[in-house]
Parts: sequence; structure tokens; C-alpha cells
Amino acid sequence: MSTNDQKFNSHLHPVPSWELADHAEPTGREEVWRFSPVKRFRDLITTGGAVTLPVRVTAPTEVVVRQVNPAEAVELAFDPPVDRVAAWAALEPEAVTVVEVPRKAELIEPITIEMTGDGSLARGHLLVSVGEQAVAKIILRHTGSGRIATKVELAAAQASRVDLVSVQDWDAGSVHGGQVSVKVGKDAQVRTIQATVGQGDVRLVERAEYDGPGGELNQLGMYFVRAGQHVEHRLFVDHVDPHTVSHVDYRGALQGKGAHSVWIGDVLIRKTALDIETYETNRNLVLTEGCQADSVPNLEIETGEIRGAGHSSSTGRFDDEQLFYLRSRGVPEEQARRLIVEGFFLDIIGRIQVPEIEARLVEALNHQLESIEGVARESLLSEES
Amino acid sequence: MAELVITGLHVDVETEHGPKEILKGVNLTIRTGEIHAIMGPNGSGKSTLAYAVAGHPKYMITSGSVMIDGVELTELSVDERAKAGLFLAMQYPVEVPGVSTSNFLRTAKTALDGEAPKVRTWPKVIASALETMELDPSFSGRSVNEGFSGGEKKRGEIVQLDVLNPKVAILDEIDSGLDIDAVRMVAEGINRYAAQGDRGVLLITHYTRILRYTEPTHVHVFVDGHVVASGGKELSEELEIDGYDKYLKAARS
Repeated sequence: MSTNDQKFNSHLHPVPSWELADHAEPTGREEVWRFSPVKRFRDLITTGGAVTLPVRVTAPTEVVVRQVNPAEAVELAFDPPVDRVAAWAALEPEAVTVVEVPRKAELIEPITIEMTGDGSLARGHLLVSVGEQAVAKIILRHTGSGRIATKVELAAAQASRVDLVSVQDWDAGSVHGGQVSVKVGKDAQVRTIQATVGQGDVRLVERAEYDGPGGELNQLGMYFVRAGQHVEHRLFVDHVDPHTVSHVDYRGALQGKGAHSVWIGDVLIRKTALDIETYETNRNLVLTEGCQADSVPNLEIETGEIRGAGHSSSTGRFDDEQLFYLRSRGVPEEQARRLIVEGFFLDIIGRIQVPEIEARLVEALNHQLESIEGVARESLLSEES
Repeated sequence: MAELVITGLHVDVETEHGPKEILKGVNLTIRTGEIHAIMGPNGSGKSTLAYAVAGHPKYMITSGSVMIDGVELTELSVDERAKAGLFLAMQYPVEVPGVSTSNFLRTAKTALDGEAPKVRTWPKVIASALETMELDPSFSGRSVNEGFSGGEKKRGEIVQLDVLNPKVAILDEIDSGLDIDAVRMVAEGINRYAAQGDRGVLLITHYTRILRYTEPTHVHVFVDGHVVASGGKELSEELEIDGYDKYLKAARS
């Protein structure tokens, strides 16, 4: 377990552990909780009685879907919980869902995994693995309502190509916290798209590690935040292996009083991570007054022998130069804004290539833009994309 | 008709030390069918002229007038100026991720004409304009300027000029950063546009190179925020040999 030992090195990250007792109840003063409204996540922290979050899997026939008990799940998993919410989610009292794509399977249809809240306090633990040289697309849909804790893992074996699209599409009043971990095998190509577009408060810890050289990880994200809502994505990419690549691109749009987004992008480049490349960016479009977008990119570099490392972060209203350019061609100001913001998100939505999901995200985008002062009400791009 | 008349134009730019005057009384008349070249050293304010006329928010017009066919532009918003017939090809075209060139130009064309272009013929219009500028048809579906090389961006500006066909085109250093073949291609695009006979062109450039492939009817030397000399193409030939020294010295004294 040498990689687990190495995990302890970074000061920004708590010691991972499956034991609930190893994770103290956060107060909000901790570095990793300081942006979060701890009170709203209280039920996921004080860990009362809960039901199992129903997990429904629709998958092509070659995919193995089975249930294991929590102890077996811990054996199968690669990334122990880093906070109390995830530790509690993994203390799943009943069956844990395991989804396995056999080696060399090339799935044409996506695997769809539905996690549906029925209003209760619930927790769910899900393990997905994709075998060597397999090709798979996994859609994870969170819908319904409740106070929900989840622990999700995706292990992509050597030379596999995997897309994971996770849509957080909760109903009003929901609270969702959890941990999503991705392991990128040797020469594997993994792309994750996190779309937090529903209502309620969401706080996700997204961790990525590599298992051998040559792995490539692309992480895309989009989130829409409305009045009073808290949406937090905390990313950590751990470059241990040489010749690995990570690209992170998260984009948000905020509107309404008290809308709060948090994006943390930590990338750790260890001494052994020679010739790696990493770039992370977070852009937040603030559509109205009264919103807050916290954006904290952070690179910890333990070796200079790398191909490249960089980050950028921006938060603001519309870009004056883009607006000027579009308007100088005759596009009215409100339409120019609409074009810019639609393009900003359709750029990500268009890469999902699952019509049903794309349609839902476009709908959420149109909803987010429906009554913004200075932005045209009519969609200009989404109709034909 | 396509007449651009700039009269007594004074423009400030906001700096940390307060407003600074960049344009100090520009007078210029471009009549229908004329191609005017404005040449000047770096920092003379020639790009400011282009952006101020187009209405960039960074520049404040403190006095003066800019008219296209009798319509006062300085009172109009950026997009209304375009609707009045103005087009500005920019030195650094801006990238707009996720907005395809085709969709962008259709939205612009719809706004300019007051009606949407025909669905059936529109893709052909774009494809043909791209082909003329030797850009791959795939540029139609690509995001505006995103990932384009410097030369592709400049050629893209001429594609837009072709498709939108304004009354008056201001081209700000359209030749900078281009190799000789691309300069020729861009110049040919400008010539085709001008050859319609009822358009006006204002070509802003630092170098005389592009003027070998276009036929300016007028050449102006721009120094210290205004026009200091005007003439025909012979003036650009003189600049080719002597440079701007004479004019810079005169401006300093």
C-alpha cells in the first residue's frame, strides 16, 4: 500500500480512512470546510440513521452488475474516505453496488446509473471498474430529493478509455455531499464531466490518482448556482507516476442573492512524477449582483522535471472584449451576452454525446438564463446544437 | 452611397493618472469607392482611431463627429454603428468559445438585415466565403477564432467582411503577422470588397507591404493623434524609403 502512505504527504488533505471515528465532526474552521455552510450539511456529518440510496443500473449485457457487502466493498475500493461525509456514506449498511466492465469490452451504449433520492436521509456507495483496453461511457444521474451522502469510485484499468458523466440534478431542499475518486491506469484515457445543474446544496470532493505512467485525465465541470444555493467542487489530482497528464476545466454561472460556488483545484506533482503535464482552469460567470464565487487553484510541485504545469482562474461579469467583438458585427448587446454564455457551456455540453443528457443540461442552461437582466431570453445556439 | 466623415475627433483613454488624450483632432473624409490608407508609427493613435469609431468602451470621444451617410455614429451603441454600415476588422480578433462561426455570423446577419438569412442558402454563403480565403469548410462549425492561427484569424476577418458586406470597412493592421502569401490573399479580399464600387475602405497599417497589392486612392500619415500629411500612393512610396522620421521630428518640435 505504498500509494496510500504517499497520500499522507500533502498538508491540504486529511488522512484517508474508512473508520468514521477517524474523521472528527467538522466545525467549519478546518481548511477543507472553511468555504462550506457546515450547518446545512449537518445531517451528513452527525450521521444519524439513514436508508440506502436506491441505485439502479442500466447496462449493456456484457457489463457485470452485482451487490457486495460493505466489508467486501472496502477490499475492492482504492481510495478511502477523506472526510466524515464520505466515510459515513461508505458505511453502507446494506448492499454496495459494483459495476464491472470486462477487459477489452467496447461498449457502444452507455451505462446509466440512477441514484434517486426519495426525500429521506440516505447514503450510497458505488464502485465502478473498467477492465484493460475496454471502452465505456458511464452516466451517473442524481435526481429526486433528500439529504444524501455518496461515495463513488471509478477504476480505469490499463489502456482503457472511459467517460464518466455525473449529473447532480436534485430537487429543491436537497443536500448532497460525498467523494468521487478516479484511478487512471497505465496509458488509460479518462474523461470526467461533472454537471451540477439542479437545486439544493452540493459539496463534492473529487480525487484523481494514477496507476502507472502514461495515463491521461480530462476533467470538465459545469455548475449553475441560484439564489441561496451552495455548490462546491473540491478537486485533487495526485501525480505520482511519470508521463501522466491532467487537464481540468470547470465553468460556473451564478445568479441571485446568496448564490455561492466554491471550486478548489489542488494538483500535487510528486518527486516521481517526471515529465507530467497539468493545466487547470476555473471560470465563473457572475450573472447578477449578490453572488459569491470562491475559486482557489493550487499547485504543489515537488519536481521541476515536468512538461508543464499551470492554472488560471477568473470570476466576473461578461468579458468586454468578447462583447465588443460580437457587437461590432451588429449583434445586439443582449444577444451578444446570450451567445457568450450559451457558448461557454455548450462547449462542454456538446462533448457528452448522449442526446438525453445533453437535452437536460441545455434545459437547465436555458432555465438559468431565463430572467437575467441584460441577457436575451431567446436561446440562440441550443436549438440546433 | 458609403461616405465616412470624421470631423475634429478628440478621444481620451482612461489611465491610472486620469484621462489621457490620444486623438487630437482627426479630420478625414472617405467618399464612396475610395480606399484610404492610414500609415503611422507605433503609438501614433491609429488603432485608437479604429476602435473609437467602432465604439470600444475603453475610448471616450470628448468632441468631434463621425458620420456614415449622414448618420452620427458617436451617439450610437457598438451594434447600432454596425447596423449603420460600419465594420471593423481587428488586429487581434477575439476568441468566443462554444459559438460557431456560422451561428455567430447568422446572428449578426439577422441583426443587420432585420431578417434571418435563408436556411437553405446560408451554409453555402459561409462555405464559399471560407473557400475564397482558403480556409477549410470545417471553420464554419468551429468556435469563433478559437484555436485559429494568427493568419487564420486575419483571413477570418475578411470572410466576415465578405459575408456581412458593410458600407464602410476599417481594417486595423490586417497585415501584421502575416506571411507574404497571406498578405496577398487578404489584399485581394479587400480589393474584391472595394470593387463593388459603392463601399469605403480605411486601411490602417504600419507597413507599406500590403499597399503593393491594393490601390489606395489616398494615403495619410498619422502622427501624434492626427493626420499630418495626405497624398496619393506616392506618399507611401516616400515612407517606404524615408520612414516616419521626418514627421516624428516635426511633431516633436
